[in-house]
Amino acid sequence: MRVVVQEEPFDFGHEAQAFASGHSNMGAIVTFTGVVRDADKGGMDRMVIEHYPGMTQKALEKIAEEAVSRWDLGDVLVIHRHGELRQGDMIMMVATASRHRVNAFEAAEYLMDYLKSRAPFWKKEYTADGAEWVAAKDEDEDALSRW
Amino acid sequence: MDVLYFAWVRERIGIPKEKVETNATTVMQLVEELKTREERYEVAFSDLSALRVAIDQELTDFDAPLEGVREVAFFPPMTGG
Repeated sequence: MRVVVQEEPFDFGHEAQAFASGHSNMGAIVTFTGVVRDADKGGMDRMVIEHYPGMTQKALEKIAEEAVSRWDLGDVLVIHRHGELRQGDMIMMVATASRHRVNAFEAAEYLMDYLKSRAPFWKKEYTADGAEWVAAKDEDEDALSRW
Repeated sequence: MDVLYFAWVRERIGIPKEKVETNATTVMQLVEELKTREERYEVAFSDLSALRVAIDQELTDFDAPLEGVREVAFFPPMTGG
């Protein structure tokens, strides 16, 4: 299990390759990458992600450990960035390795659902009109109930 | 104890962190105490359903006890991922 919180960009191709080639007897590798898109109203210049340094790493590790305890996983990778990002930048990625694909897919979805609303990150979008905090969506909170 | 604020809670209160001496025994009592201080606290804590709280870096509820706690953090619902 590897959990990384960092400001600098990560190399998705390199991370995915390193993760996938680091295991034997894993029949399925699933990766998900979150990318910065435009603000809903358009015209976004940049996004700034604030986080809670003392808590972030622990919260992410707890989520990853829970995934490992629920599904038959060979490994889990979580990388999440903070600081200033622009459209098209990769914010975060998760990767799961399992003997079978169902476990790998489900665990990746579980990780994503929990990262959305249980990891202490807050996004702020800057447009020509000013800056706005991204509001949490009810559906993101509701998504947790399926687990 | 240290009290931390993040995102718009930090902006409304105007500081990221402060030391607070309190006899409050629960998070809710601490909130009520802070609200009486100044208007910016009253504004920041006006709708608790829009806030989350962590004690010693673990998410918890507003009725959680404060005994032995070193750090309390207030912030809006998280928007990671």
